[in-house]
Amino acid sequence: MSARLGIWLGLFGLTLGLSLTSLGPDWLRVYPDAWVLPLKDSISGAMKWLVEQANFGLFTFTQATRGLAWLIEQPYNLVRNLLESGFMDGVGRRAEQIVPPVSWLAVIAAVVALGHYAKDWILALVVGLAFTYLAVFGQWESAMVTLASVLIAVPIGVGVGLWLGILAYRHRSFELILKPVLDLMQTIPIFAYLVPILFMFGFGPVSALVATVIYAMPPMVRITIMALHGVDPEVVDFGTMAGCNRRQMTWRILIPAAQKHLMVGVNQVIMLSLNMVIIASMIGAGGLGFDVLSALRRLQIGKGFEAGIAIVVLAIAIDRLSQAFAERAGRITAKPTGPLWRRYPRSTLVLGVLVITGLLGLVWPVFQTFPERSALTTGSFWNDGIKYLNINFFDTFEAVKLFFLNFFMLPVKRFFLGIPWPWALVMITALGWRFGGWRLALMALVMAALIVVTGLWEKAMITVYLCGASVVIASVIGIPVGVLAGVSARAGSVIGVVIDTLQTLPSFVYLIPVVMLFRIGDFTAMVAIVAYAVVPAVRYAAHGVRHVSGNLIEAGVVCGCTRTQILRHIRLPLALPEILLGLNQTIMLALSMLVITALVGTRDLGQEVYIALVKADVGRGIVAGLAIAFIAIIADRMITAGAKAARIRYGLEETHG
Amino acid sequence: MTKPAKLACKALWKVYGDSTAVGHVFGAEIFPPDSSVLDNFGLIGAVQHASLDIAEGEIFVIMGLSGSGKSTLVRLLAGLIKPSFGEIFVDGQDLLKMSEKELIELRRHKMGMVFQHFALLPHLSVLQNVAFPLIIQGMDKPSAQGRAAEVIKLVGLEGREHYFPRELSGGQQQRVGIARSLAVEPELWFLDEPFSALDPLIRREMQDEFLRLQAMLKKTIVFITHDFDEAIRLADRIAIMKDGCIVQVDTPEGLVLDPATDYVREFTRHIPRDKVVSIGAIMQQGDGAGDGIPASAPIAEVAKQVVASDVPLRVIDAAGAPVGKVDREAVIAVLVGE
Repeated sequence: MSARLGIWLGLFGLTLGLSLTSLGPDWLRVYPDAWVLPLKDSISGAMKWLVEQANFGLFTFTQATRGLAWLIEQPYNLVRNLLESGFMDGVGRRAEQIVPPVSWLAVIAAVVALGHYAKDWILALVVGLAFTYLAVFGQWESAMVTLASVLIAVPIGVGVGLWLGILAYRHRSFELILKPVLDLMQTIPIFAYLVPILFMFGFGPVSALVATVIYAMPPMVRITIMALHGVDPEVVDFGTMAGCNRRQMTWRILIPAAQKHLMVGVNQVIMLSLNMVIIASMIGAGGLGFDVLSALRRLQIGKGFEAGIAIVVLAIAIDRLSQAFAERAGRITAKPTGPLWRRYPRSTLVLGVLVITGLLGLVWPVFQTFPERSALTTGSFWNDGIKYLNINFFDTFEAVKLFFLNFFMLPVKRFFLGIPWPWALVMITALGWRFGGWRLALMALVMAALIVVTGLWEKAMITVYLCGASVVIASVIGIPVGVLAGVSARAGSVIGVVIDTLQTLPSFVYLIPVVMLFRIGDFTAMVAIVAYAVVPAVRYAAHGVRHVSGNLIEAGVVCGCTRTQILRHIRLPLALPEILLGLNQTIMLALSMLVITALVGTRDLGQEVYIALVKADVGRGIVAGLAIAFIAIIADRMITAGAKAARIRYGLEETHG
Repeated sequence: MTKPAKLACKALWKVYGDSTAVGHVFGAEIFPPDSSVLDNFGLIGAVQHASLDIAEGEIFVIMGLSGSGKSTLVRLLAGLIKPSFGEIFVDGQDLLKMSEKELIELRRHKMGMVFQHFALLPHLSVLQNVAFPLIIQGMDKPSAQGRAAEVIKLVGLEGREHYFPRELSGGQQQRVGIARSLAVEPELWFLDEPFSALDPLIRREMQDEFLRLQAMLKKTIVFITHDFDEAIRLADRIAIMKDGCIVQVDTPEGLVLDPATDYVREFTRHIPRDKVVSIGAIMQQGDGAGDGIPASAPIAEVAKQVVASDVPLRVIDAAGAPVGKVDREAVIAVLVGE
């Protein structure tokens, strides 16, 4: 064991030496442009052919994508007209509004009614206040555009996910094909498919919706498969004995019995959609995400912050509502009887508010739209606050930033950039072999080599450095916090609330306050990534430490271990596999933050994707996206293999499983 | 049994493991394969060479400890899983040769099943749960609910039609399970450890309830249990299973008086014989005094009468004709456990 450790330490020392001494010719460090394979041009060419010439006999590729776009656009336009713009007659400037959108009062009445229906008056109050906030602080229209996107993306994501899940449940072979695809989709960052979608569907809400659905659907498929397999086998047997055919079995037995778990999937789809709808504003989603994005681009801190808070408020309101619905699914209440308005008091009320405010709105516009003049703005407050902080504490912030930059980030950066790429390939292969045998070694080598030959090596190393540094910091903060949460119940409940809230926030939001304090640059990017990626480190560590078998703890206590000894000798080693999986998730989240941090001027693969997005350069976008995906896959496979080896060592998993 | 078999299986096997190995084992010329052959191929024989004839109107209990294959056997008989080898006949029809459609029809109209953990649908009320199999058949809602209400009354849950499963106690939930399985008036009634998840007191009450229902309905019953006392109490005949094999099939009395193996003897040892053994088993030749004791009566029921009498008493058969006599000594010998 120690001999092996020695070898690895030696190899690391050698790498460090090679990195610092810069021996040998330049091409060892900077891959020469002349050797770059023109992969991105080929991909651009192929996409161009696909869009301009591909023909499936009956229809062309473009017709297919346009047809699909049209199909998605219809319900989207309907909902958007309903919520935001109203129904128009004519086009362009001469368009006249024939029916106004649903008034803000009616929307608030509707969410309050939903809150009361799903749970109680407290929830009704919370969501009502959230939506009132959106109106009062002048975010109404953008929020309604975002809401419209979510309202369309979620049913599609849930429906298609459910359908795929049912298919996979019914046909074992389909599940075997689907599983690796889902795994891959989870490791490939969203940005890898933003550009091709942009190319196929054009800049606009439809592209954004397609990207959102693709991003938000995989957990639904997974949860559906799991929930259906999790249905009590006796209940399935009962269904068979009652003589259900396949359709009856699915819709009358399996789906209702799995309803509670399925609702968790729906909640996941909603949260991911909300997260993505904002990222998707880069390809034309509009709404709150666009507000944040444009404010960030112009460094209008106050405005960006306001829109960011609006996103958080909307996300929390929708999350609480959908969670309440998920819990309600297990609860059945007797149906009241009587006339229609008595049976549906809430719907009647909302309908009443809708009609009355609609009519009143024709005379007094305040009932229709919240008057812009009365809208509160906190923009200047935030601007002043930032100004105050920057004037008075500039030196402190600067000192912190410089300290991290000089003593942590820059050395790490120099180390990664200094490694000669041929040696790096050797090391990656060796690591792959160490964790997962020759298969993983080969895969790691091929993927790393592809990054090299496409000329992205330098940017990939910056990516690795940025993510690596962030992951280290996230782990240093997250794992101890998680362990604390796992050991102490009281700390656990407090930390749980904080973590839940952090997870509800879309990734975008993290950027805003950090930019305000540290301005643009790598350090800002790192702080934002850490804030976003720390969640799984905490969660998995807490879970791992908490779920060590009670017998083992008792055995430790009987042996006379102190609490510290129990933690050190029993809980931590046994929680190691879980902690590793948390680390894995942290890396994935860090990588998925990349394109967002590109907004603050990093020079990594995220920037490459971002540039490709702006220029609509498909080949460049796909190649850079794939490079991120390759890094993610290599890290994922190595850590998963390591975690599995640890589980096998502790006898928590069978050798062959 | 002279009646024709309602449900029968011949040389039934369920083997788990590699499918090509399974094919190989049952394609071989040596049949039946013994356990060493299965071991060689790395197969697990959950049910091995089971042959049964279950008569119409009979309560047939399959008894075995966990892992003995009793649950697998009942699932094979109900057609829920496919056997590796063998035949199953329902009313003389080969279950395994039926199409999916015929099977569904058979289940909809001829079979009912009660499950250990009730398997009620949590999102439906008691009434909807019981009506569910009828709705599945395509019956219209009012008639289905009308019929469901009748069965609910039968199992004594009147007034709780609109409760949901989680609002009921375990015993009540299983009553719903029983009502649901009876709603379609099945001819074959499978009960898979129906009372095992219940408290001992409730279990006894439910056993009485079960006997009351069966006295009215006269179904053909396959009843699974791991509780030998329960088997003795309910069964017309018992099949004892061990490691996938049926060790012995006999009446409760037969098992107690003539256990085929030490394993069966071990089970019967603590069974109070006077409750199982009938007068007929200890009577002697000749004739005695009195109006006559039925030969089929368990000893415990008539012990007091026999012991109180100074002379041997007359034993009669079902038709009332004298068939022998029984004296005090014979009864006391059983009571003190000789």
